[in-house]
Amino acid sequence: MKKDSFAYRVFDLYYEGFRNMRLGRTLWAVILIKLIIIFAVLKVFFFPNYLKEHANGDEAGYVATQILNP
Amino acid sequence: MTNLLLNIDAGTIDWSRAQFALTAIYHWLFVPLTLGLAVIMGIMETIYYRTQKRDDKSAAMFWKKTAQFWQKLFGINFAMGVATGIILEFEFGTNWSNYSWFVGDIFGAPLAVEGIVAFFMESTFVAVMFFGWNKVSRGFHLASTWLTGLGATISAWWILVANAWMQYPVGCEFNPDTMRNEMVSFAEVALSPFAVSKFCHTVTSAWIIGGVFCVGVSCWYLMKKRETKMALESLKIGAAVGLVASVLAAATGHKSAQDVAEVQPMKLAAMEALYNGGTDVGLTAVAWVNPLSQPDYENEESAPLKIEMPYALSFMATNDLHGYVPGINDILNGYTRPDGTKEPSVDEKIEMGKQAIEALAAYRKAKQEGADETTLNAHLSLLASNMKYFGYGYIKDKSQVVPPIAVNFWAFRIMVGVGCLLILYFALLLVITHKIPFLTVFTRRLLAALGLIPETEADGYEITNLPAWHYWFAIALIPLAYLASESGWLVAEFGRQPWTIQDMLPTWVAVSDLQSGSVMLTFVLFLILFTTMLAVEINIMLKQIKKGPEL
Repeated sequence: MKKDSFAYRVFDLYYEGFRNMRLGRTLWAVILIKLIIIFAVLKVFFFPNYLKEHANGDEAGYVATQILNP
Repeated sequence: MTNLLLNIDAGTIDWSRAQFALTAIYHWLFVPLTLGLAVIMGIMETIYYRTQKRDDKSAAMFWKKTAQFWQKLFGINFAMGVATGIILEFEFGTNWSNYSWFVGDIFGAPLAVEGIVAFFMESTFVAVMFFGWNKVSRGFHLASTWLTGLGATISAWWILVANAWMQYPVGCEFNPDTMRNEMVSFAEVALSPFAVSKFCHTVTSAWIIGGVFCVGVSCWYLMKKRETKMALESLKIGAAVGLVASVLAAATGHKSAQDVAEVQPMKLAAMEALYNGGTDVGLTAVAWVNPLSQPDYENEESAPLKIEMPYALSFMATNDLHGYVPGINDILNGYTRPDGTKEPSVDEKIEMGKQAIEALAAYRKAKQEGADETTLNAHLSLLASNMKYFGYGYIKDKSQVVPPIAVNFWAFRIMVGVGCLLILYFALLLVITHKIPFLTVFTRRLLAALGLIPETEADGYEITNLPAWHYWFAIALIPLAYLASESGWLVAEFGRQPWTIQDMLPTWVAVSDLQSGSVMLTFVLFLILFTTMLAVEINIMLKQIKKGPEL
């Protein structure tokens, strides 16, 4: 890859940027921990898609039953 | 609040509401500082860019380091706020499944656009801003800094479009076959006047947070007698941004109030504890509204110990000193508008709502049974003519449509009160730190005469030798401004209770049939998680502030 090509300069921006991070390392660690908690724990164990689990593919019918039948 | 139709206990509704409120309040701790600091750091870097062009190396170096310092604080807040909003979307799918289905693609479209814009704009330009100081041209770097802020602001736009639609549902049609609202006009949804006002008011209020934060941090340095030059220059910029933003927030707040008066008059009546409306209505400055209970609005003429500004509420709501503003009882019992049109009573709306629900149920049953077109059309026609009040069919007692008055009343006063205090504070700060002929000296001498600044500081333009309480006051304004900002959201969201979608879907119909215990568990988990995250952010932020800029 040529050093003055656009692709290399973009790669170099990110590569050098990540390599020279100081405070950024801490912040990225916090972000990653947070994303793992949010997507691998909260989403998986505590926030299922309620309609997908209960409506058996007929979401409209399920919601109608829920809100139209006393 | 009782659930009239579903076998869902009230605990599920209340815990789901509390969980959503907790998540939204936490999310809103990060967003305004991101939007506000984006402006502050953009201005700093613009000054750097201009000094660099003038070939003033010493000034350029100073402004570069100053801009980098504020960008670092922006980066900490940005990193801590990443993905906190996504939890709200999880909650829609789990706790508010009826709502999520009922709103259809109207809510999903703005959120999807927000996700794409946020990801591409912010992730691209944030990287250039932090990694690109020695890699890209100064002009491109400056553009990236502003575009980072613009990306965050555009994200806010789409989120607020979604929120505005819930408060003022436009550009949609309800499809009885799919049980969803379907978008018929993207432009009407995206450019709803309610959304425009909400965006302007919310974003300008976020800039205030940026200004207050900048002034508070600068004052900490002044108190510690560190980084004095950077602190003074930053303070001036923070105060200027804060003043412009707070004046704009007041102006856009006026427009927001007019929108609320037009489409959510009950919210305005609750904000003002206005039990009985009329013309020439005054704006309540103070009154005794018990914060712990719902007032007896049916029997009291007005809130006790009320002191009001004559005509001001009429003006705020209608732009006319003599304009008509309905009170809570007027809205409950029905009233006639100045143009002669009649607003139905809540009891009448309940009847129309019930007819809409029955027509929808009958239509779906008839369709399942293969009924003819004439029968189906008759049900659809009845549904269409009553759809506007669909949600009222779930209301058992008209008192259910009155939001918590005390929360609205006090939250509104905190927001406006702190807003006015900030306008005054920023204006004073700017006057005493700038060389404005006569005004600066006059103000400083006046403040000295009042004992607010030492006599030795009566002349001059700097504020580096004030007693410590001045600086602590500026620092204390940071949490106070946050309180005002969150109070604004409390007014917006408590004021529209019981509706998740205005007049269409009350909370107890929107919620999923979950066990209240499981919602309570996730509420506690969130509380622990959010508090930990906040503690981590404050810790990192304080460490970096103590460390200071690398001048």
